Amino acid sequence: MLGAVRQPGDALAPVVFYLIVGMLFPLALGSDPRLLAQIGPGAIWIAALLAVLLSLHKLFRSDLDNGYLDQLLLIPCPLFLLIGARLLAHWLQTGLPMLLVTPLLAESFGLDYALLPVLLAALALGTPVLLLLGAINEALTLTSRGGALLALLVLPLYVPTLVFGSGAVYAVHFGESPAGHLSLLAALALVTLLFAPWAVATALRISID
Amino acid sequence: MSVIKEYWHKLSSAKHFYPIAGALLPWFIIPALLMLAWGSWQGLVVAPADYQQGDSYRIIFVHVPAAWLSMMAYMVMAINGAIYLVWKIKLADIVAESAAPIGASFTFLALATGSLWGKPMWGTWWVWDARLTSELVLLFLYLGTIALRGAIDDRQRAGRAAGLLGLIGAINVPIIHFSVEWWETLHQPATVSKFSAPSMHPSMLIPLLVMALGFTLFFFAVLMIKIRAGILEQERHSRWLSALYAEAPETTATYSAEGNLAAMDESNE
Amino acid sequence: MSEFFAMGGYATYVWSAWGLTALVMTMNLLLPLRQCRKLRVELEQPE
Repeated sequence: MLGAVRQPGDALAPVVFYLIVGMLFPLALGSDPRLLAQIGPGAIWIAALLAVLLSLHKLFRSDLDNGYLDQLLLIPCPLFLLIGARLLAHWLQTGLPMLLVTPLLAESFGLDYALLPVLLAALALGTPVLLLLGAINEALTLTSRGGALLALLVLPLYVPTLVFGSGAVYAVHFGESPAGHLSLLAALALVTLLFAPWAVATALRISID
Repeated sequence: MSVIKEYWHKLSSAKHFYPIAGALLPWFIIPALLMLAWGSWQGLVVAPADYQQGDSYRIIFVHVPAAWLSMMAYMVMAINGAIYLVWKIKLADIVAESAAPIGASFTFLALATGSLWGKPMWGTWWVWDARLTSELVLLFLYLGTIALRGAIDDRQRAGRAAGLLGLIGAINVPIIHFSVEWWETLHQPATVSKFSAPSMHPSMLIPLLVMALGFTLFFFAVLMIKIRAGILEQERHSRWLSALYAEAPETTATYSAEGNLAAMDESNE
Repeated sequence: MSEFFAMGGYATYVWSAWGLTALVMTMNLLLPLRQCRKLRVELEQPE
């Protein structure tokens, strides 16, 4: 777990990427404030998704390279607990900083301040889900060739989170209650939390032996 | 009980299944082709034009069976993948691997025919409703599974990885369908009713069901061939297989099922 | 007869759909058959 604080430079990469992608939207689409306010929640969610996806690549690779993973598989403690801890550390490194800079992005899209709480809540629920599901696929593709494979595999899994997460913010935007979206997101988070560490452990076993 | 166990043991061995697949093949393909022929005839010629949609609705006779097949093939793939993951039965892995490309091609067909139906009817090639989105995601899942298998060199590892992915996908597709549908009903109640299928007159429904059944049998026929190819591929160095083919070809009457098949006329698909 | 082919003006769509179906089904049938035959030929070679 101490390994999680290894390279602060690496830790910043997803956050920087998040900000950059977010800022690409106004650059590409023009700075009409109404347009930006309209696409803002969705764009921020996309940026978050891509940032998490990017951070996955280094999730297990260095562990694989320095033999840490092999040792992990030998420890008598149940693997999924160790994996769970590892993933939590990873989220604290990537998801949490993303949440912290989200207000900056929200401002760059000119989003109504009222949207900020629901945006943060949705991202807080959603980014762990994205991370967990992505980790499963990252573990599966650990020993395979082809870099774009991970993105292809992960896209179907990300759809519900994106729909509910982005939908929650848009609900508030249109003056409705985000309760439905958020509770579904929460349910998704709970279920993923329960089964994903096991799935990641299984996937790791498949990849490493 | 031990009879069942023995039977199961035999069935799950590639060596025993190989001739069974060959024997089953004609029982699948011939009814399939007959049903497809009859269904096509009924659907294209005999059934009356639709009151609202005119003749373009006839696409439904290939679109619906293709969509149905895309989901059934996924179930076959996911279940066999899971069996391989848990019980390590090699034949299950071959079945899962065989089902994937068939399913993918029919998913593509479902999407394409759906667009061809949608364009003249509702003016658009595509719409992000629950059904179409789920079908598109299904295509990605298929492609992802096939790609994953190709990207992992070790056969066993590839099979297990694909098995796990298949399971995850199987859970995922209903969730996606539900999530998009739920989101739709909040925002676009009108669109949902646009795509709901009207109740069908028997002159249209019966050919549709026959086509669906024909597609299903066709799937199993092709699956049998692919399984045999898969077995040949995997077991090519085993003794039972070389014993089978190193002998004079005249003795292998059953196994020339494929040869007969290629000669059959397929002009009415 | 030409009415049949015209499909009430929707000819392009209907026949594209059915043609695509025929293509997909034929490929699904022929490719595995060819694979089988190729493998069997290989097996029948004296080694």
